[in-house]
Amino acid sequence: MAADSRLRVKKIDSVTHVEFIDRSILDEANIQRIGEEIGVLIDRETKPKLLISFANVDHLSSSALSMLIAINSRMKPKNGELRLANIDPQLHEVFVITRLNKLFKIYPTTEEALKTLA
Amino acid sequence: MSNGSQSSPVARVTLTNQRDVIDRLEETINSEAEILGYAKASRFAIRLALDEAITNGFKHGHEGLPGDLPLLVEYSVGPHEVFLAVEDQGPGFNPQEIADPTLDENLEQMSGRGVILIRAYMASVRFNSRGNRVEMVYRKPQP
Repeated sequence: MAADSRLRVKKIDSVTHVEFIDRSILDEANIQRIGEEIGVLIDRETKPKLLISFANVDHLSSSALSMLIAINSRMKPKNGELRLANIDPQLHEVFVITRLNKLFKIYPTTEEALKTLA
Repeated sequence: MSNGSQSSPVARVTLTNQRDVIDRLEETINSEAEILGYAKASRFAIRLALDEAITNGFKHGHEGLPGDLPLLVEYSVGPHEVFLAVEDQGPGFNPQEIADPTLDENLEQMSGRGVILIRAYMASVRFNSRGNRVEMVYRKPQP
């Protein structure tokens, strides 16, 4: 990751675990850069398993949702598996309103998400 | 549309497309709302709707226009309602033309969710006829 990355990335067995450093994912330029960084992580793997944790996040915008949709689309040709976890109840409501809870596999905790990627 | 509270003066702010400037405005409104007893969930909704309207203004309203063109934001925070208006200098758009991104066939559509979120969280939302100004009101839930 670049020195100014807004992500914390670690590998847990075969799973790439991504966390956001910022509490708010609202800035358009940051969102674009985060999308590009995660795109690089996906491209590195033959069959990516990606867990994105929102543990530190309390605000996100519709642009951030679009970035997640783009990540999901980028995973598909590689038969990748994407999981989202640790989403604050208020943020989860945003996924429900937009019905993106139907598109993404969302788990209450990273542990539960990791079990589905084993 | 009312300004959210008859007794609350409307503040007018000219906003440039700089994240720190936008954050400061959102934090100012958040602080005023907190003082007037708006719960965390209410302040989340207010910030989200305002941020989506501002982003739409800069990203879509000002598409193809000079990047330093400012938006006008008007707001008033009253004891029962928060009024927000965002006006860009673009040609405007027709909100009816946005395909509904919550339909099964549009779930992977890349745009349109900002307006969906604004409508979900705000008690009333109105666009002007040109489509370059949105006015919205958040009503504090009754205890």
